[in-house]
Amino acid sequence: MADAPKAPRSFQEIILRLQNYWAAQGCAVLQPYDMEVGAGTFHPATTLRSLGSKPWAAAYVQPSRRPTDGRYGENPNRLQHYYQYQVIIKPSPPNLQDLYLGSLAAIGIDASLHDIRFVEDDWESPTLGAWGLGWEIWCDGMEVSQFTYFQQVGGHDCKPVSGELTYGLERLAMYVLGVDHVMDMPFNDPSSPIPLTYGDIFRQTEEEYSRHNFDGADTAQLLRHFEDAEAECQRLLDFPPLDPKSGKTIIMAHPAYDQTIKASHLFNLLDARGVISVTERQAYIGRVRALAKKCADAFRLTPAGQDAEVAQ
Amino acid sequence: MSDLLIELFSEEIPARMQSRARDDLKSLITNGLVDAGLTYGSAGAFSTPRRLVLSIEGLSPESKPVREERKGPSASAPPAAIEGFLRSTGLTLDQLERRADKKGETLYAVIEKPGRAASVIIAEVLETTIRNFPWPKSMRWGAGSLRWVRPLHSILCLLSDESGADVVPLNIDGIAASNTTAGHRFLSRARFPVTGFDDYAVKLKRAHVVLDSAEREAAIWQGAQNLAFAAGWEVVEDKGLLSEVAGLVEWPVPLMGRIADTFLALPPEVLQTSMKEHQKFFSVRNPKTGRIEGFITVANTETADHGETILKGNQKVLSARLSDAKFFWENDLRVAKAGMGEWLDGLKSVTFHNKLGSQADRIARIAALAAEIATMVGADPALAKQAAEVAKADLRSAMVGEFPELQGLMGMYYARAADLPEAVALAARDHYSPLGPTDTVPSDPVSVAVALADKIDTLTGFWAIDEKPTGSKDPFALRRAALGVIRLVLGNGLRASQLRCLELGNIQHLLFKLNAQEHGDQLGGLLILALLDRANSDFKLMLEPSKYKVPSNLDESRKNENYLDFRKKIWGGYVDEGDGVLAFFHDRLKVFLKDQGIRHDVIDACLAMPGNDDLTLLVKRAEALAAFLKTEDGPNLLQGFKRANTILTQAETKDGVEYSYGADPKFAESDEERALFAALDTAEAAITPAMRAEDFAAAMAAMAQLRAPIDAFFTAVQVNSDNPIIRRNRLNLLHRIRAICSGVADLTKLDG
Repeated sequence: MADAPKAPRSFQEIILRLQNYWAAQGCAVLQPYDMEVGAGTFHPATTLRSLGSKPWAAAYVQPSRRPTDGRYGENPNRLQHYYQYQVIIKPSPPNLQDLYLGSLAAIGIDASLHDIRFVEDDWESPTLGAWGLGWEIWCDGMEVSQFTYFQQVGGHDCKPVSGELTYGLERLAMYVLGVDHVMDMPFNDPSSPIPLTYGDIFRQTEEEYSRHNFDGADTAQLLRHFEDAEAECQRLLDFPPLDPKSGKTIIMAHPAYDQTIKASHLFNLLDARGVISVTERQAYIGRVRALAKKCADAFRLTPAGQDAEVAQ
Repeated sequence: MSDLLIELFSEEIPARMQSRARDDLKSLITNGLVDAGLTYGSAGAFSTPRRLVLSIEGLSPESKPVREERKGPSASAPPAAIEGFLRSTGLTLDQLERRADKKGETLYAVIEKPGRAASVIIAEVLETTIRNFPWPKSMRWGAGSLRWVRPLHSILCLLSDESGADVVPLNIDGIAASNTTAGHRFLSRARFPVTGFDDYAVKLKRAHVVLDSAEREAAIWQGAQNLAFAAGWEVVEDKGLLSEVAGLVEWPVPLMGRIADTFLALPPEVLQTSMKEHQKFFSVRNPKTGRIEGFITVANTETADHGETILKGNQKVLSARLSDAKFFWENDLRVAKAGMGEWLDGLKSVTFHNKLGSQADRIARIAALAAEIATMVGADPALAKQAAEVAKADLRSAMVGEFPELQGLMGMYYARAADLPEAVALAARDHYSPLGPTDTVPSDPVSVAVALADKIDTLTGFWAIDEKPTGSKDPFALRRAALGVIRLVLGNGLRASQLRCLELGNIQHLLFKLNAQEHGDQLGGLLILALLDRANSDFKLMLEPSKYKVPSNLDESRKNENYLDFRKKIWGGYVDEGDGVLAFFHDRLKVFLKDQGIRHDVIDACLAMPGNDDLTLLVKRAEALAAFLKTEDGPNLLQGFKRANTILTQAETKDGVEYSYGADPKFAESDEERALFAALDTAEAAITPAMRAEDFAAAMAAMAQLRAPIDAFFTAVQVNSDNPIIRRNRLNLLHRIRAICSGVADLTKLDG
């Protein structure tokens, strides 16, 4: 890169550069989904919008929670709450690899100095009934992103195929900024009047949530909520499509999918609390997957999820 | 003659799939071309992470014309028959030839296929190959429906001869064949045209791509060794890793780094596994300390700073990984030094199989079994029990959680840390062995006892719950477990009764089931009684910890249905019935011995003998018999034996009596007959002690001496004499042949 941009100085600058870069590539820059999710893929902008034939291009930051990864803010690389940057484009453009490499250049990773590799890593989400083929991308031996061509979501074949990019923002930023402990990473510009590190913002919450996830959460209540979400999802999908009030066909695919997201997060919390045995685990995952499939089925009947021909 | 160059250029192909893909591309294309009537001289396939390449030399420019003639029905045949022929040939009636013969006129279809240009055939074959390529996993991309391992970007397909090179016209889902390709992703981005394979390979190298994976492997290995040598170190060889790394790079650049001192106390296997699994690093050993102190990573690019940034990045990732490993190791050591109680407790909540209980239940069974088996293999029962109790503790360790392939090995380190006897530590490491047909067989008696107990518990357990392997399905790897037992027994020359080991396994499972039941006490008492009633059995070690008491009313108990059921299960039961686990062992043994060149019928002849549950004895006998059958005397003696046996059996059937006793030389009429008497006496005198000493070779050598006298006897003597006394005497003599030979092996089971 002849005019390589200056190296970024903070976590937020990396995020802003990614936002600008993908906006310039024509993606709709969305905001995070307002629910607790385990990964950016759960955002309906990815799961649901990867279904059906309508073209789609979106990019967004998604705060993600993995309760079992809580380490009270002490582990340099592990967090129970972290950020993913997600890009989803349907159909996957032929130059998606180049576009991706362009995004690395935008955040200061110069391909002429680093060793960037596409290493086989097939992606599968048992809870979403989804899978795809692709790679994890290594920069100097460090996994910085996941690159997937979706083949199936919610049990439906993806036609056309969406290309999905997921950046683990903290890890990527730590590498770009040369920081060894996530809590030491500058969140805003270090020369700001009030410089804030990642730790200033998240150390305390990591402690609080670690305690909550491992010891505090009320498991009996979580179990109840899981059942509730499961039942509610089904109930919403059981409504007849015709809405008597508006006279329109309105399938509540998104509200039902919200319940799937809830069930999935509740399962993760129960897992962190250690109350799910190995054998039960599979059963719970199967229950969430069944919900995801039903939501996918429902979404495929909505205007946004139909195939172009059918919609006409 | 022409040369053909094909390059299928795609996004990164998984390293593990490349070798197979090269072979598939070569065979699919060359077979397709040959089937279509072309010939070729030679073909070579190549791969890099982004391309699959085939070069064919000496290809014929077109296929030979083919003339095919098919005889049809008579011209006067019913219309339906003629129509059928037309349909099958795809011709019309006026295209058929009529030829006069004796019956009148017969219809003939003459189909002439003109020769076709190579380029047309290539286009067809390549398209078929691409559309049907046997990738282990393939995908769609964009809005298309074509499947490839990853998105396919371009196809180079060039047919060249002395006059020049032409692109083979071809378009697959919008990808048109061309004569251009691209170089290295970062070092040489421009596309460029090529004129043939040599030009292609040269230009690729200029564009920072080494086409041949063997050349890349050699370059990596050489470069790695040079780097290590310069530092006075040596690279740890790893062929699998080398081939994988060669599939990850087009322009390999090895870089060497040092592992930080703080990690050097980790076990070398942990360093090696972590570096290999997570980062595809080679390990580098310092011969002075014997430790792994360095690593080699292979970059896919050259940089202005000679890889300094890349190495620094890799070093950082390694430190993060090894920090995790160190954290696991130190935590694990703490648990180990405290006696591993935390792990053993934890195993209670890990299900092994829902019908076979938890890992802790399984360990308790294996420990009881190992103590029993110890006495058969010359190990200290208490030590074997102790070893079995901790051998699987490491399954709960953090390190094995992270690197499952280190199970057992970590168990050894942790057993040492817990100050357990070395035999216990070795058993923890070795009790999974042997895992495959070439894996080393443990020889330390304690390890052997635990390894046998582990496998027998698995076999008898899954047998008891009726989860036997069927056809190609063997989800619990029972065939591997049986082979493991066979190799442990044979490899150590063990003289353990297989039947008894299996019975012991069954008893453990019966006890386990009882323990899990309510009102198990009465049943437990009946089981103990059944065990004690078993002749020849000594189950003291196993029963001592049992909470069950022998019932007071013996006579009544012995009529109890449950008692009878136990009795059946313990006394053989599902162990040695037709589809029992012993028969399963014998099947595995046949497969195992067949690989070593011993025929099925030879094994059957030995299996029919008493003591067939002693695998060592069985194999010794089979080996001797197989060797005997390879000598000149062997097959001849077998003929003589079979002849004697046939005559005798026929006479016995006819007369309704068994000729088994009383052959007397005084009724012998000829020298040959007398000689056979003498030879049988000599053979018997030699065979009996040889068999007692289990010296099968000597027994068979003695048996071989019978060949000439038997042959001579049959040549000179008519068995079915008119004199009934002489006839009976001769039949009794034949019986001696049968009896003596059958004591060595059941020769009737042999082919030929």
